[in-house]
Amino acid sequence: MPFKRYVEIGRVALVNYGKDYGKLVVIVDVVDQNRALVDAPDMVRCQMNFKRLSLTDIKIDIPRIPKKKSLIAAMEAADVKNKWDNSSWGRKLIVQKRRASLNDFDRFKVMLAKIKRGGAIRQELAKLKKQSA
Amino acid sequence: MAPKENKPRTVSRNPDLIRGIGKFSKSRMYHKRGIWAIKAKNGGAFPKHAAAAAPEKPAEKAPKFYPADDVKKPIANRRKPKPTKLRASITPGTVLILLVGRFMGKRVVFLKQLPSGLLLVTGPFKVNGVPLRRVNQSYVIGTSTKIDISGVNVDKFDDKYFKKEAKKKKKKTEGEFFETEKEEKKALPQEKKDDQKAVDAQLIKAIEAVPDLKAYLGARFSLRSGMKPHELVF
Repeated sequence: MPFKRYVEIGRVALVNYGKDYGKLVVIVDVVDQNRALVDAPDMVRCQMNFKRLSLTDIKIDIPRIPKKKSLIAAMEAADVKNKWDNSSWGRKLIVQKRRASLNDFDRFKVMLAKIKRGGAIRQELAKLKKQSA
Repeated sequence: MAPKENKPRTVSRNPDLIRGIGKFSKSRMYHKRGIWAIKAKNGGAFPKHAAAAAPEKPAEKAPKFYPADDVKKPIANRRKPKPTKLRASITPGTVLILLVGRFMGKRVVFLKQLPSGLLLVTGPFKVNGVPLRRVNQSYVIGTSTKIDISGVNVDKFDDKYFKKEAKKKKKKTEGEFFETEKEEKKALPQEKKDDQKAVDAQLIKAIEAVPDLKAYLGARFSLRSGMKPHELVF
């Protein structure tokens, strides 16, 4: 099976370690086989080891080492933020963050809602079973 | 500068140099303390209280021996303990999770801090069976859920309210002495039950105004698999 995500200029990646943890960055240059030069609208361009990067499906169209302004413009044009938030990976991260920020009372309400949903599903299932039988 | 308040003096005017020897002489202290002024005001003699009739003391026995060495006078400790600081997450009306004791895991409502530093909490009793009781703040988790308790009057509760009644000692006759001690079950006094009802009535009104809150207070808290208490938000 061929790879679909390559290390290339314009590839969007997620930082999975270090102080920029959780940030979406763009590979703007490849330094050597271990490191890339990465950039994002809200950070200073810096080198990062590939071990710290998880490649995503998103790729934007930029030249090698663009100015910050043109990088931001290219990210806007490719609609990176929306694409990420609508991908299943991005949505999962949002849900995880949301769940972690719930307080004790909210968790209790989630528990109640789950019970309610389970009950509704069981009822529907019983109805269908009765029909087919 | 703020006006001087008339506070009772807590530190001696004559600090100890070493144990038993003050910094100032007797005559120096006489002037420092302003006794001369009192004496002058009362015509050269100290005012005297009429001696109160002392209760008859039982004849004291002379000590059997005298200590051979001088007994050192302990230095007076004038330190007063500071009042307990309430944790920032705990404010009146906060829902707390109890961590120890027979009400472990119960979610209760914090009412106020008592002078001793303990927290006054209630279940409410009708919702989860926790009565009005005191609890140390190190044995609770404060949550971010707050209940409006402006309508609840808790002025009458203090540490004395929760004190145990002193046990009365009975002289036993010889026959009774050998009988095993019979503990009669103590019932909660009616006025305490009424106090509980009065507090709960207002509180339950506030609780029922918020959906699901009553069920929340009625349920116990416990950790499930995968829950990391240090990462939870309460």
